[in-house]
Amino acid sequence: MNWRRIGESAMESLIRLCGVSAVLFVFGILIFVFREGQDFMFNRLDFGEFFTQIAWRPTAEPPTYGALALISGTVGVTLVAMALAIPFGLGTAVFLSEFCSWRWKEALKITIELLAAIPSVVWGFIGITLMNELVIYITHVPVGVNVLNAGIILALMSVPIIVSIGEDALKAVPDGYREAAEALGATRWEVVYKVLFPAAKNGLLAAVLLGVGRAVGETMAVLMATGHSIRLIFDGQAPFFHPLYPGRTLTATIAAELGETSKGSDHYQVLFVIGLLLFVITFVINFSADLIVRGIRKE
Amino acid sequence: MFKETPWVRRKFAVERLVASLFALMAAAMIVPLLLVVAHLFWQAWPSLSWEFISAFPRNNLKEGGIYPAIYGTFLMVAISLAITAPIGILAAVYLNEYARDSWFTRIVNLAVVNLAGVPSIVHALFGVGAFVWITGRPCILAASMTLGIMTLPVIIASTKQSLAAVPMAFREACWNVGASRWQTIRTIVLPNSISGILTGVILQVSRAAGETAPILFTGAVFFRRELPQSPLDQSMSLSMHLFSIATQGGQVPLSIQYGTAVVLLGLVMAFNLGSIVLRIYFRTRKKW
Repeated sequence: MNWRRIGESAMESLIRLCGVSAVLFVFGILIFVFREGQDFMFNRLDFGEFFTQIAWRPTAEPPTYGALALISGTVGVTLVAMALAIPFGLGTAVFLSEFCSWRWKEALKITIELLAAIPSVVWGFIGITLMNELVIYITHVPVGVNVLNAGIILALMSVPIIVSIGEDALKAVPDGYREAAEALGATRWEVVYKVLFPAAKNGLLAAVLLGVGRAVGETMAVLMATGHSIRLIFDGQAPFFHPLYPGRTLTATIAAELGETSKGSDHYQVLFVIGLLLFVITFVINFSADLIVRGIRKE
Repeated sequence: MFKETPWVRRKFAVERLVASLFALMAAAMIVPLLLVVAHLFWQAWPSLSWEFISAFPRNNLKEGGIYPAIYGTFLMVAISLAITAPIGILAAVYLNEYARDSWFTRIVNLAVVNLAGVPSIVHALFGVGAFVWITGRPCILAASMTLGIMTLPVIIASTKQSLAAVPMAFREACWNVGASRWQTIRTIVLPNSISGILTGVILQVSRAAGETAPILFTGAVFFRRELPQSPLDQSMSLSMHLFSIATQGGQVPLSIQYGTAVVLLGLVMAFNLGSIVLRIYFRTRKKW
């Protein structure tokens, strides 16, 4: 054994350790978030109340921990965001991969990359300034920070990921498919609609899923732009979904309240339970997207 | 031979319509970017000056500059980069050079994807539960570690891509003259993929500088009279500063809020553009 050999094997062990670090960190996140919240979750939290009640009053006496309004906020904001981001994102992905000249493609991709680079706190600031005025101007509501406002901002934040994954999915379809369809006299739209969509549907689904994951997990922008009021976005009155109500999401609740709690209190712990819920939701979304993408690669 | 029937004409009309619709959708991406940047700059213009980025805040943040916030952001990003760059680069080396195509590698890749997909506020909870617990109180070090873990996938993805682009023949040639695996990586593979590594590092800086949620409870403070003296102090940061003055209820003049937003956006965009330019530059002079 000389020193060189020892140095070499030490380096290789270090590389292996770093290689598995991502796994360690994901487990670490799960364990530490669980650890802070588990006492309250198993001993004092009423899950029936948590998932079905609207009243979120962790500081009242006695406190109530109904998270339904927060869940409805997250769902509502994500719905608005996806209603905008899916058509625009997939449309842009199709345009980039099928209709666009090389030069335009480069320029658009850089634009989208820059759009993705805008920090979420800056988006939130846009939400309470520019978008606030726009929403008031267009819909004549007294306060412009609401679910619609945050949804539009979230759409802009999740479009880039839908475009890039969607474009990859379309690129993965072999050119032979396109040529065969064109040889039969299909226009380029028919190629897209009848050949590419069915062939790339898994990849496009993965793109949409990752967009949803981004929207559910976004924190600062929705914290600033949703109006921060505990209110059901869905109810029995037509049209059943009210994007002009101010709302509040799961992520925003943690960000807004963690600073005011004392470590170890029930309020502190319930926020970690919400964190755990968010972790599980995004894990399932990412896991399924990954399975779908991997399924394509296998074929 | 070929005769244009009304049906064919309709088909092509539909194609033109759809193509222009998609083009409009793509063009719609440019509008919000320009609108946001232009609006912010327009509103921030009166407050932007050398003093704004070099002076301490005065009079309850209503006057003066944002120097301590900029300083804090630089400090946090630098420490997070120092932590995450070596881990990320070596992790990418492992994934590309050592890992075989097995279930274990799948799990590692899945973990990387998930690390990128975990909400930023959950990273913050992790930082509070783990790093703040270790350091005993919120501090720059805890915030940087949280930022570092959150941005690890950026470096891994970018490095892995550029390692994979190094032709296999380079490695084989090196092995054939008797070099070991690590020697090959150190002398051939890493130097040849430096462009992708640099791009990833710059992108990491850009991401880390813009994040707010992970540092909210782990080390950033609303206001501090002096600069941090050690990594165990708390510090102001640009993103946290923007968040707190924007949600304080109009006590801080709008021009200062816009100014802070522009400085933060400018910083992030500059790094991001830097990575794009670098990528294009290296692509045009690829040697193989």
